[in-house]
Amino acid sequence: MANQKEPKSKYTLDRNIPGAFEGETVTRRRAMVIAGQAAGGVAAAAFILPALGFAMGPIFKEEDQPWQSVGRVDEFSDESYVPRTITLVAGIGDAGKSTVYIRKYNPALDTEPRDEYNKYIAISTLCMHLGCPVRFTAAAQRFICPCHGGVYDIVGKVSGGPPVRPLDRFYTQLEGDAVVIGPRFSVNSELRRFSPRDPGEPLDGVGQYLYPSRPSMRKIEGTS
Amino acid sequence: MPKLKLPAAPTNPLSSPKRPGKEYGPSGPLGHAEEAGASAVDWIDERTSLSGGLRWAMFRKVPKGTNWFYTLGSSTMFAFLAQAVTGVFLAMYYDPSATRAYESIQYINNEVFLGELVHGMHRWGSSVMVILIFLHMARTFFFGAYKYPRELNWVIGVALLVMTMTMSFSGYLLPFDQRSYWATIVGVNINGTGPLVGPYLSEFLRAGPYFGATTLSRFYAIHMLMVPGAIAALMGFHLYLVAKLGTTAPPWVKAEQPEELREEKVTVNV
Repeated sequence: MANQKEPKSKYTLDRNIPGAFEGETVTRRRAMVIAGQAAGGVAAAAFILPALGFAMGPIFKEEDQPWQSVGRVDEFSDESYVPRTITLVAGIGDAGKSTVYIRKYNPALDTEPRDEYNKYIAISTLCMHLGCPVRFTAAAQRFICPCHGGVYDIVGKVSGGPPVRPLDRFYTQLEGDAVVIGPRFSVNSELRRFSPRDPGEPLDGVGQYLYPSRPSMRKIEGTS
Repeated sequence: MPKLKLPAAPTNPLSSPKRPGKEYGPSGPLGHAEEAGASAVDWIDERTSLSGGLRWAMFRKVPKGTNWFYTLGSSTMFAFLAQAVTGVFLAMYYDPSATRAYESIQYINNEVFLGELVHGMHRWGSSVMVILIFLHMARTFFFGAYKYPRELNWVIGVALLVMTMTMSFSGYLLPFDQRSYWATIVGVNINGTGPLVGPYLSEFLRAGPYFGATTLSRFYAIHMLMVPGAIAALMGFHLYLVAKLGTTAPPWVKAEQPEELREEKVTVNV
């Protein structure tokens, strides 16, 4: 048997291929095997790649987040929350709706700087532990989650239980005397704004890098 | 000149010649009816040679001490078959759309003949399968049946366990009541807590940033097409390896010594 390590000659004659024409350096059997496997690979890729893209596509799809009106200015106070129902996903009935708690900005409670998007504070009811719906309990001035005991104070900061960050919020704006509610954003424990994340993903420290946000859903430029 | 004798004319030109050994075979229509099953099997076996493989797979030697614990694997398989059959029939009435799913389950439970029974078998059967697969795993572990040369079968078994849990998770959403909706939100968010890939995984499961119009049909496709096919294929390979490698004796059964090495048989020449 020939030494495998020995470099192969570039001349057909030296290779001892039976029946080879001048210029052939690969046996026909080997060429056939390579061609057959390549054809099979191309054929498989032709249906596997589109199918994978089809299944993965929604991750990169642009989602429309229209601003929606939730009521008139005089319906909200700066002391307690008023629940309102908004539509997150249209066309799927109750499964696409969510409750949002809204109140006026209150300088005695809210420490973050005022801008055009937080004249009204809109708190998401998605628990930041694993996404159950929290409820505002007025007597305790707390948001309480029924699933695993997450508790948040009146501005949505974690005051107990497993949640990893304060409750998410929504951008709000005034249109005439109507309060309109826009895209969701996440906040870290100092209530700084971040692009929206899923529940269970901390934002303090390296959290914002370990849990990238959806490429097509970012916070509004220039809001911090 | 001697004249050759003409052959006798056939008595009935349409009758076929006697088969060799005919006198031992079936006689009369009753005899043929008795042998119908065997001849049908013969007909298939002559063309496929399946009987050799079946004998190899089913009439194996099993070690001394084989007991009822060794039936947990086939119990799990029968639980899976029950899930597959009831699942196929549930799919005839189920509608995986966010606005119609709950109603279609109500229809199955309240209107369809035996609907509550078939749905109930599928629902409780899933718990039975999870319990059986863990008992089977515990049997394999405590009897040491995962050791050489059966390590690959243990690995396949773990993959089957993971896929069974995937089936439980994806099936839990399908009734689409409050419990299944929120349990799925929580389950998907648990997937999201994995660093770096987690957010993409949960978006893949939901088909978007929120629980949306196609989440339910995605779970339905995973539940009734993707995972069951993979489970059936891996189960086949799992069983092939069981037939190929044989089963182990329980750990309390000691290997028997050959006759001539037993102490009472050894004679000493003085």
